[in-house]
Amino acid sequence: MIGNFPFVVCMILIALGLWTLLTRRNLIKLTIGISLIESGVNLFLVTLGYVRGGVAPIYTYAPPGAKMVLPTPQALTLTSIVIGLATTALMLAFAVVIYRHRGTLDARKIRELRG
Amino acid sequence: MSVVVRTIARIIVPMILAFGAYVIMHGHLTPGGGFQGGAVIASAIALLLVVFGSGRLAGHKNLLSLLEDLGAIAFVALAFLGIGCTFFRNVLAGSGGLFGMPVPPGPNPGFLNTGGTLPLMNWAVGLKVAAGLGSVVLLLGLFGGGDDR
Amino acid sequence: MTIGVHAPILAIAVPLLGAFALPVFAKVHRSLRDLWAIAVGAFTCAMVITVAVQTFTSGIQVYTLGAAAPTDTIASGGFPIRIMLVVDGMSAFMGLISALVGLASLVYAFHFLKEEQGKTLAMTLFFLLWAGMLGMEYTGDMFNFFVFLEVTSIAACSLVGYRTWESRPAEAAFKTMALYTVGGLLVLLAIGILYGEYGALNIAYLSSKITGSQLDKIALGLLLGGLLMKVGAVPAHMWAPDAYGEAPAQAAIMLVANTQASLYGLWRVLFTLFGGALSAPAVGWLVTSLGVLTLLVAVLMAVVQTDLGRLIAYGAVSQIGYMLLGVGVGLTVLPSRPDWGLVAMKGGIFHMVNDAATIGLLFLAAGVVKRAVGTRDLRALGGLGHDLKWTSGFFFLGALALAGIPPLNGFASKFLIYESSFRLSPILTAIAVLGSILLLAVFARAFQGAFLGPRLREAKPASPSMLVAMGVLAAVILAMGLVPGFFVEHMVTPAAEALWRGRDLYLAAVLGG
Repeated sequence: MIGNFPFVVCMILIALGLWTLLTRRNLIKLTIGISLIESGVNLFLVTLGYVRGGVAPIYTYAPPGAKMVLPTPQALTLTSIVIGLATTALMLAFAVVIYRHRGTLDARKIRELRG
Repeated sequence: MSVVVRTIARIIVPMILAFGAYVIMHGHLTPGGGFQGGAVIASAIALLLVVFGSGRLAGHKNLLSLLEDLGAIAFVALAFLGIGCTFFRNVLAGSGGLFGMPVPPGPNPGFLNTGGTLPLMNWAVGLKVAAGLGSVVLLLGLFGGGDDR
Repeated sequence: MTIGVHAPILAIAVPLLGAFALPVFAKVHRSLRDLWAIAVGAFTCAMVITVAVQTFTSGIQVYTLGAAAPTDTIASGGFPIRIMLVVDGMSAFMGLISALVGLASLVYAFHFLKEEQGKTLAMTLFFLLWAGMLGMEYTGDMFNFFVFLEVTSIAACSLVGYRTWESRPAEAAFKTMALYTVGGLLVLLAIGILYGEYGALNIAYLSSKITGSQLDKIALGLLLGGLLMKVGAVPAHMWAPDAYGEAPAQAAIMLVANTQASLYGLWRVLFTLFGGALSAPAVGWLVTSLGVLTLLVAVLMAVVQTDLGRLIAYGAVSQIGYMLLGVGVGLTVLPSRPDWGLVAMKGGIFHMVNDAATIGLLFLAAGVVKRAVGTRDLRALGGLGHDLKWTSGFFFLGALALAGIPPLNGFASKFLIYESSFRLSPILTAIAVLGSILLLAVFARAFQGAFLGPRLREAKPASPSMLVAMGVLAAVILAMGLVPGFFVEHMVTPAAEALWRGRDLYLAAVLGG
């Protein structure tokens, strides 16, 4: 039962992120919401690779016969973090540009594009 | 920022840089690697930005973007090294040359001279991430005030 | 010989290297940068064509990265753990579409972009997007697919919003980026679930293991949701008109090709990854009805547009509906595999290349209009046909092809879709035909409003490179319209067959025997 706890946390994080996206209208907060979803997914990936009682998957360090946690999900998480960094930076940059032109970060006030 | 902050920053920035370089260099042996070390180095740039203001650093923008490009080119070029067999083939591993020491079996503390192209790729990625993340921080710090075309 | 073996990876790696080296060359000299861009573009196209010829003549191409030989798919331990590229008929076909659009975009950009408005940046992002699209199409690994998906997302949104001196592009780019990222994260979550269940990321291996359990269904739902968001099907189409409308013309056509690469991902997931486990027609009906909904809503929205760019953008969204309809019909009847199901698939897949050429041509023509008179507002335009003779001709050709007037290519593919969707339900065909008629009306009005009538103002004529780019796409439209049989037989049929029956071949190529 307690082993499922990390998955519950992931789902809570993802749900919080979606909630932020749906209810907030500040561009920075929207970016934070997306980062929250991202953290939830990353946590999910890392949790997938955990083996109870496992050691770090570096085979020159591990004692012979020890169980290791899976290295692949960690590599996936790392890649996903890198991608998340790029998307967050890009979205913040767009928010900066929007602020420079319109003087506001409120998504309701900057809708030039509609219809 | 006050003189205390500036003095501390001058002391601590070389340490951050050294730690970042350590994380990159041991990427194939311990947790860490190009991205993590590069992020550590970029945090030094962020510290400089906070302490000395974005104006003092604005002139280095072009240098950073050039370094970023060079890191990326180096990474793809290293992947091209293996094109004799397949792309990304680790041709240096176990060859006895640079980073070519065969890995001894069994638990050991790890040897720096192993890993083939991996340490070189870590350096390329480290350069790319340090310069790229540094210029991201710098440009956001400038608030787009400079000419960013 | 050796370059042919390495062609799939070279088609991805060379534009990637091109993107990274371009700013360095630009710092040395501009003409060096242009030379480099031409060389990289030509080499990439050559590699894509090589891959396509090899695939169409000798079957599925497999390339394993980092192995001792490209065909060593199974690592020691009897498990396909390495990253690999798997190019079957469908991938090769998509690669050709990307190469065609990329070539047109690159040629067009030479005179369209201005030096002081970030030409180097736009070209760098273009090569990055190109590499990402080809990567999505050639990869045989789910996680790699996600990585390339995100590469295209980031590059595409930067291409939409890189003009920081205007406010509207940044707004469109922010909206697009938010939806793309959420879509990408749904895909990643699904990949995580599949990895947790089967411990692999290789598409062929996963496909051989997937049984259709409850978790598999959740993963399928997440993949469908994420990819449909990226494709711009109706419930999540809000980003598409903004992004298409605000992007500069040479970037807008790359966005169209990028949408189709995501659509390819959807086909790959539905037909190859879940091909063995999907027995109920529910998913097929879902895709079909989303397709019909998309084309109807988009066409109705196009009717009220007054901006030429947004009007074409809604046209582009409606074409996605036709592709979803065609392939959705095929998916619905996949378990029993009647002949007309394959016809529907051929129609849907043939429509992808038609859409790339026609929508591409229309966007490029709209770019010429914007450059000539500085606005794309249909209420202020008029009489451009006097100065922009070639451009108005190209626009007319594109509009007719889009509406499906014989003997142009749009008719050839839409006819296949009508013919086969009628067998599933006549209502689908009726809505699709209605959509085409409305589309014709919309584009006739746009053509009349922008190009016909008295000359209102002086227009700056199109530059040679822009005319060449439009000419390439127009030639493709005419060729595919006049001899559709040739294209259907040699390119579309292998692609459709690869999805329709090719799953076993795909699995055998990677897993052996």
